[in-house]
This record gives sequence, structure tokens and C-alpha cells, in this order.
Amino acid sequence: METMFGIAVDGVAYGMILFIISVGLSVTLGLMRVVNLAHGAFAMVGGYVASYAAQSAGLPYAAALVAAVALTVLATLPLERLLYRRIYGSANELAQVLLTIGLTFVIVAGINYLFGPTLKRIPLPDLLTGTVALGPKAIPTHRAFVIGAGAATLLGLWWLLERTDFGIRLRAAVDDPAMAAALGIRTERLYLATFALGTGLAALGGVLGAELLPLEPYYAIRYIVLFLAVVAVGGAGSIFGSAAAALALGIIDTAGKYLIPNFGEFFFYAALILILFRWPHGFFKGRTA
Amino acid sequence: MTSVAARDGKAGQMTRPAPLGRRRDLGWIGIPLVAVAGLAAYWLLPDDLALLTRIAASALFVLSLDLVLGYGGIATLGQAAMFGTGAYAAGIVAVNWNSDPFVMLAAGGLAGGLIALVTGALILHARGLTLLMLTIAVGQIVQEVANKARDWTGGSDGLSGIDPAPVLGLFRFDMFGRTSYLFALAVLVVGLVVARRIVRSPFGLACRGVKEDPLRISAIGGSPKSYLVALYGVAGVFAGVAGALTAVTSGIVGLDSAGFPWSAEALVMLVLGGTGRLYGAVIGTAAFMGIHHVLAASDPFHWMGFIGLFLIGIVLFLPGGIASGLERLGGLFRGKEDRA
Repeated sequence: METMFGIAVDGVAYGMILFIISVGLSVTLGLMRVVNLAHGAFAMVGGYVASYAAQSAGLPYAAALVAAVALTVLATLPLERLLYRRIYGSANELAQVLLTIGLTFVIVAGINYLFGPTLKRIPLPDLLTGTVALGPKAIPTHRAFVIGAGAATLLGLWWLLERTDFGIRLRAAVDDPAMAAALGIRTERLYLATFALGTGLAALGGVLGAELLPLEPYYAIRYIVLFLAVVAVGGAGSIFGSAAAALALGIIDTAGKYLIPNFGEFFFYAALILILFRWPHGFFKGRTA
Repeated sequence: MTSVAARDGKAGQMTRPAPLGRRRDLGWIGIPLVAVAGLAAYWLLPDDLALLTRIAASALFVLSLDLVLGYGGIATLGQAAMFGTGAYAAGIVAVNWNSDPFVMLAAGGLAGGLIALVTGALILHARGLTLLMLTIAVGQIVQEVANKARDWTGGSDGLSGIDPAPVLGLFRFDMFGRTSYLFALAVLVVGLVVARRIVRSPFGLACRGVKEDPLRISAIGGSPKSYLVALYGVAGVFAGVAGALTAVTSGIVGLDSAGFPWSAEALVMLVLGGTGRLYGAVIGTAAFMGIHHVLAASDPFHWMGFIGLFLIGIVLFLPGGIASGLERLGGLFRGKEDRA
């Protein structure tokens, strides 16, 4: 029983981190049709900026979090202009894969040059280090915070896409970019804003998840397969699909590590193949928002 | 931006003897050139034979990827699944039953082809990101199985103790790697010849048709998916032989031979050299591993930064890879001669 509770808490927290990072990828993939393998690198950059801000510059955790998201977005916006704009559209997915792998390599090398190959930590404030009582059980405050942040992100994104002017334009451009442009929607600006949203979410996830996905230069390559799996199962562009897929993968992965540590990976990928074989466009495509 | 390059690339790809008068088909020159350059490297760089051997074996692997990607249009990040399967099959055969190098190559090719046919039939209906994910997942499963079957594969310690018998019973694998290199070079050249036959056969042309326009192929009565599965299987044989070749020449098979990074690296090498040309695979592999040998000696991260910038540059400015750059240079010279 104790184990089941531990699996549930850790699995949900892990799933929420996967969700925050992957949903940015899912939104950019859904709108710009670009397979962005550098998304993990953006999350890593966010984590490193926060680590630097908290450890070397001495900022409090909240300020470091905000600085990390803002700086990552600012740093990646020129990339959208210079690189990504040339590879939008599903026709040249090979060019997308190669360009973003190249970008990932450059970022990995740059991070290693600036911060060195050692593991970096983002020190948690006292407020997040203890445990919260939840009826008879107690869960670590950090896990509770991550779960809360994930839920807030989910609600915020749902509100942004379903209830605002921006969301209406975005959904129009996803459905038919040419028609949206003809109706006077400035798709280029929309792409820029969406790209910023995606990288901001990646940076947020990178900072919040630093306890679960440790920060080191190979972060960008090690976890990108995981993020892509979430998007492929959830269906590109689907928020609730990403959330469900991320939570399911998080819980399965955590349960596998607790219960059958020897075969976790195997079942994870076997399940992935079966799901994608039956639902090639993602399990949740066309069922939810 | 890409239209000129794409047109040039197409003109280079259509190597069928066309009724274009002066423009003869010169594609066959590439293969003897590879053989000559390989032999020249044997005399010129006698201290780097281990590296040259790895280049030759990897070039065969990248060639298999070129068959899939350049002639079938299948974007895959899991080609190493076939390479790893072939390498382990050859290693297991050598350790347990028969260590003749040709038997090892046959075992590797058979295993690689089989796994490619089975997984290809399962996954090739998908496209885009879904297909990428499926190929990655297949690679990870192969790696995981190899990791768990410790009794057969040695798990994470790698499969060692492969001691191949002399080639044809005559040439022993010496400690300087001379036999290894010449054997690998010979297999690579034979592989190039066979691959060239395949892509110029009616089957190869049909595959190219599927790549350009699957709808039209099905309209004239072909089945795009079965062509692609067959091509995937053929490329799996090549990848399996390449894996077996690595097992023969290095004597060890590790888990990383089926890993995701190896698939991605092969893709990078292929694109550096240029897709859809066969010899582009050789150029790309030699350039990639040669530069790697020089740069990674100081710091592996320098190497990553360099190759990353190089990749971005290739995608933006030279979409056909190094080979298309050479062809365009050649085109410039021809243009001058015509005018003179």
C-alpha cells in the first residue's frame, strides 16, 4: 500500500513534468508541423539558466524561475527567425530532423563550454523542502508543487486556446494556414508567438523537473525520445492528449522502476509500438481539444 | 532557396542512360574510385588502419540507410536495430558454432534482413513523426533484448571472444589490421556494386516512384507499402552485413551498436555526403569519421559543436550534401569547356 502510494505520487509528479515540457513540443508540432528535436535542449537551457541564477547570482527560487523562462524565450526567438522559419511544413521532415539535431549538438557543446560537464542543481527554497500532510499520508512539498504547477499549466493552456482571441486564431491557423492568412490572420506573428510559448513551457519544465530529470549536458539527447513519445501518443496539437499520455507514461515508467526494475524499458517501448500501430495519429487525436 | 539545388540533385539522380546525347551516364566511376581511394589509403596511412576499417564498415551501414531514405523516402532513426541484430547474430554464430568470416557475414545479413522485414511490415504504414517514433522504439527494444539476454550477448559488458577464422582459409587476421581492412574494403565495394544493381533494377525504380508519388504508383497498380517493406528488408540485409563486418574486424559487439545515437549518427553521415547517390554514403562517412578522429582527440564536445554547425549549414545551404556540391562544381567546369 505504501509502495502504491509512492508510485502514484512520484508517477504523477514525473508525468506532470513530462506534460509541461512535451506540451510545448506538441503545440509547435501541431501548428508549424516541425519535428523539433531541439526541444529538450531548450528545456535544458532553462534549467541551466535557473541553476546559474540561483547558485551564482544568488536570486531566490521564484526569481530564478522567471528569469530562466524569460531568458530562454529571448535567446530562442532569433532561432525562429533565422532557422525554424525555413523548415516549417510537413514536406521536409528530414531537413527538420537534421537541422534540429544540429542545433541540439551546438547547444550541448555550448552548455558544456559554459558550465562544464558536471551535474548542476537548482537549490530548492525552504518552503519546498519539507512534506505536506495529506490526510494520514505525507507527500514531499516539491512533488506537490510540481503537480500543482502541471495542473495550473493545463488549465491555463486550455483557457488560452479555447477562450481567448489568440487561441481562436491559433486553431484557425492549425486547421488551414492558407485560409487563415487569407482572412487577415498574421500567421508569421502567430508562429513566432507560438514558438515563444513552446520554448517558455520547455524552460519551465526544465527548471521544475531538475530534481527528476537531472541537469547535465547530455540531458538534451537523453530525454528527447521520452518527450517525442508523449507527443506521438498524445497526438500533435492536443493538450488533453498530451496530459493523458504524459501522466500514463509517467506512471507506467515509475511503476516499472519500482516493481519490475529489469524490464521497464522493454514494456515501455513495446506499449509504444502497440499504441502507435493501432492509432498512428496518436491515441487521443480527434477525441479531445 | 532550394529549387536550384533540388533540380540539380534530380538531374544527378536520374542516372538511367537517357537520350540526352552528350550527357553520358558516368555513375559507375564512383565504385572503382572508392576501391582505388581505399587502396591508396592503405599505402598512405598504414598507422590508421583501425580507423579506416571502421570507416569502411560504417560506410556499408550508411549505404543501407541511403537505400531506405534516398530511394524509398523512409525517414528512420532506427536503422541501427538492423546493424546491431546483424552484429550480434554474427558474433553469436562465431562464438558458438562457426567463425568463418563469410558464414558470419551471411548470418548477419540474414538476421538483419529478417528483423527488417518483420518490423517493416509492422510499422511502415505510418508517416512523419509516428514513423520516426516507431523506428526509434524498435531500436530501443532490440537494444533492451540484447541487454537482457546476457547468456547469449554478454549484456552491457559486450560480446567478446569473437575470433574469426582466416579468410578463405588463407589470410589470417593479423594484429596490424591489414587483413581486416582489405576484407572490409572488399565487402564495401561488393556492397556498392550490388546496391547499384538493385537501385537500377525495375524494383529500385518502382521504389523511387513510391518516394516521388505513392498515389500514382497505386494508381498504376503497384502497392506502395509492399515495395517499401521489401526495400526495408533489402536495406536490412545490408545493415546486418555491415554489423557482421564490424564484428569480424573488431572482434567485439557492444550494446551501442543498436543504440539510438548510432542511428542518428548514420543519418548525419548520409546527409553530409548526400542522399540518393550511394557513393554519397561513402563520402559522408569518410568525412564524418575522419574529422571526428582529428577533433574528438582534444575534446568530444568541440566535435559536437562543429558537427552541429556543419549540419545546420548543410541543411540551409547545400541540401544535397557534399556529393551535390562536387557535382555542381563539375557542372561549372563542364559549362566552361562547352563555351571554350
